[in-house]
Amino acid sequence: MAIKTIGKHCKGCGVCVTFCPKQVLGLDALGKITIVDESKCITCKQCEMRCPDYAIFVEKK
Amino acid sequence: MEKLIEKYYRPRLPHIWCPGCGNGIVTSSIIKAIDKLGLDQDKTVIVSGIGCSSRASGYLNFDTVHSLHGRALPVATGIKLADPELNVIVITGDGDGTAIGGNHFIHTARRNINLTVILFNNNIYGMTGGQYSPLTPTDSKATTAPYGTLERAFDIAELAKAAGATYVARGTAFHANMLVDVIAKGISHDGFSLIEAVTQCPIYFGRQNKKGDASTMLKTQRDHAVTVEAAKKLSPEQLEGKFKIGVLHQSEAPEYTKQYQGIIDRAQKGAK
Amino acid sequence: MAKVLLLQGNQACAEGAIAAGVTFFAGYPITPSTEIAEIMAKRLPEVGGKFIQMEDEIAGIGAIVGASLTGKKVLTATSGPGFSLKQEFIGYATIAEVPIVIANVQRVGPSTGQPTAPAQGDMMQARWGTHGDHPVIALTPASVPECFTLTIKAYELSEKYRMPVLLMLDEIIGHMREKIEIPDYDTIEKPVRKGPRVGPSEFKAYEPDSDGVPPMADFGTGYRYHVTGLVHDETGFPNGSAAATEKLLKRLHDKVERDIDKITMYEEYKLDDAEIAIVTYGGTARSAYAAIDMAREEGIKVGMFRLISVWPFPEKEIAQLAEKVKVIVVPELNYGQMVGEVKKAAEGKVPVKPMSKYDSEPISPKELLAFVKNL
Ligand SMILES: Cc1ncc(C[n+]2csc(CCOP(=O)(O)OP(=O)(O)O)c2C)c(N)n1
Repeated sequence: MAIKTIGKHCKGCGVCVTFCPKQVLGLDALGKITIVDESKCITCKQCEMRCPDYAIFVEKK
Repeated sequence: MEKLIEKYYRPRLPHIWCPGCGNGIVTSSIIKAIDKLGLDQDKTVIVSGIGCSSRASGYLNFDTVHSLHGRALPVATGIKLADPELNVIVITGDGDGTAIGGNHFIHTARRNINLTVILFNNNIYGMTGGQYSPLTPTDSKATTAPYGTLERAFDIAELAKAAGATYVARGTAFHANMLVDVIAKGISHDGFSLIEAVTQCPIYFGRQNKKGDASTMLKTQRDHAVTVEAAKKLSPEQLEGKFKIGVLHQSEAPEYTKQYQGIIDRAQKGAK
Repeated sequence: MAKVLLLQGNQACAEGAIAAGVTFFAGYPITPSTEIAEIMAKRLPEVGGKFIQMEDEIAGIGAIVGASLTGKKVLTATSGPGFSLKQEFIGYATIAEVPIVIANVQRVGPSTGQPTAPAQGDMMQARWGTHGDHPVIALTPASVPECFTLTIKAYELSEKYRMPVLLMLDEIIGHMREKIEIPDYDTIEKPVRKGPRVGPSEFKAYEPDSDGVPPMADFGTGYRYHVTGLVHDETGFPNGSAAATEKLLKRLHDKVERDIDKITMYEEYKLDDAEIAIVTYGGTARSAYAAIDMAREEGIKVGMFRLISVWPFPEKEIAQLAEKVKVIVVPELNYGQMVGEVKKAAEGKVPVKPMSKYDSEPISPKELLAFVKNL
């Protein structure tokens, strides 16, 4: 499993953080997407589906 | 999704939409529906009007037209009738599609020409900064309704149905997978299809009306939407304040461009 | 086989469109242009083309813009009120460079005015009706045969320069019946659109050739390009910079201005020795021929410079005319429109006299003769 984020696309709306069921994601000091704890990810892909900015993608291994 | 972006988006990201705007989600639902159906990318045309939502056409890797405010449907009608082999998908906003473009909307539905219209309903004029639209709920605040709107909103699905649309569906940015499904069904449908995509505008609608941030507005969509199936089991009281999502109407009627081919055949035989 | 027919101007315009290879018409009925729509409704399916009556004039021009993008030659027809409604899309087709032809059979305005009476009151709307700076090509036929040939010419120009071309008829010309010899349509050269010479990967949708005109790909052929009314660069995508704005607007004007001599069309009638020049166009020119013949019989040296293309305005030719004659008379069925352009071009070298008529009646040869004699 791998989470890929694209900082250039992220506008920091926080939707991915809200809808992540396992608190994998957060926003950094600049308000952009950051991965807090990748090991908790269950690849539900809620973040990928809900990101309005195409800034986060989750790959199943 | 990353592969879909590579295939179906032009290398023009990030897009212009505000943080938390649902337009990106609705746009990706359209792309997923196109991919699911395996439409020929070279034979698919996307036509939009003017507005935030209508900017979607510029990001998508097809033949695309960013037309005039309210006029996507006439342009799309011209393209489809001139070359019925093309799949023509229309992207419009609530103001674009139902205010300035309202007359085109009912007449295009009436003709039952095979177009798929995805109407991004954010309940407001986004591009011009938050004026009320025909889909703004009564009593909402807007920059041109500082005391609240007096007007009643259209039920755009009922309007489409009454005007003769043969496929009418509603989805939301929250129910993104379902939105893909109802868009795909609309594209497959042979006739005029309307899909109302409820989407959040946290900046120009949300702020003025204290609807919370994008996440909160998505949760509101979740909490107020009832699937057509579930709605059947609910009483009118239980449905108060809710809206239905899913396929709301589907019927069969002759499709315009096919009928026109019949006219050509008759004219060429010299018959009247 | 060529044939000789008795046709109305509106009919000749519709037949000219068919002869030019038009396969798509969309419009909304309005007197005195309606016959064009009616004829297209019957004729187009016969040649495998499409006709659609839209919900209004805006939708009519919108639909032809869409159809043109698929590679079709397209027409819409209207009159005053409808011409006003079409203005926004005329600007769109200009900036997005979509070839379209619009026939406007002029009637008395403003507003509903006099629906069945002739006027030439939309000449300035043809020039400046849509907002913003833009080039315009407009032609004014003065006979039924010319309705046919100028309609074909309109397609040559709109395809060549990728822009709207306006056919400015008036009720006199639209409804007048005249003998016309119509050639076999197979013998008529169909105007062609310049297509891309490179494959989709190298194609830049708005990169002009040396003539200032970008080759145009048909939708559905794999070029996948973007069409917008926003200021754009040669990629076709919006570009809000000052440089891109200036570059685009300049190119749109230049592609027409550099070819103004090729676009300009006019007729000189008994002008060689003339001391009085009548500058006119369209239906009013009909009376001018007769008035000139009558005046000549009385020994008055008068001739006509008939504008066939009115926009871009033939400034150079009018300036030369002003060097030659003693006075210029500009009869037209309006409160005075093209006369202003003539004055500008004449630059005070000779008096330029308007003969404006706006009572819904045509200018008769006798009236014009009297005007000339009273100078
Ligand atoms: C003829 C015309 N009138 C007004 C405008 C200004 N205008 C641009 S977009 C817009 C409203 C857009 O609202 P909507 O269609 O709901 O789309 P959104 O921006 O919310 O996606 C308006 C009024 C225009 N471009 N053209």
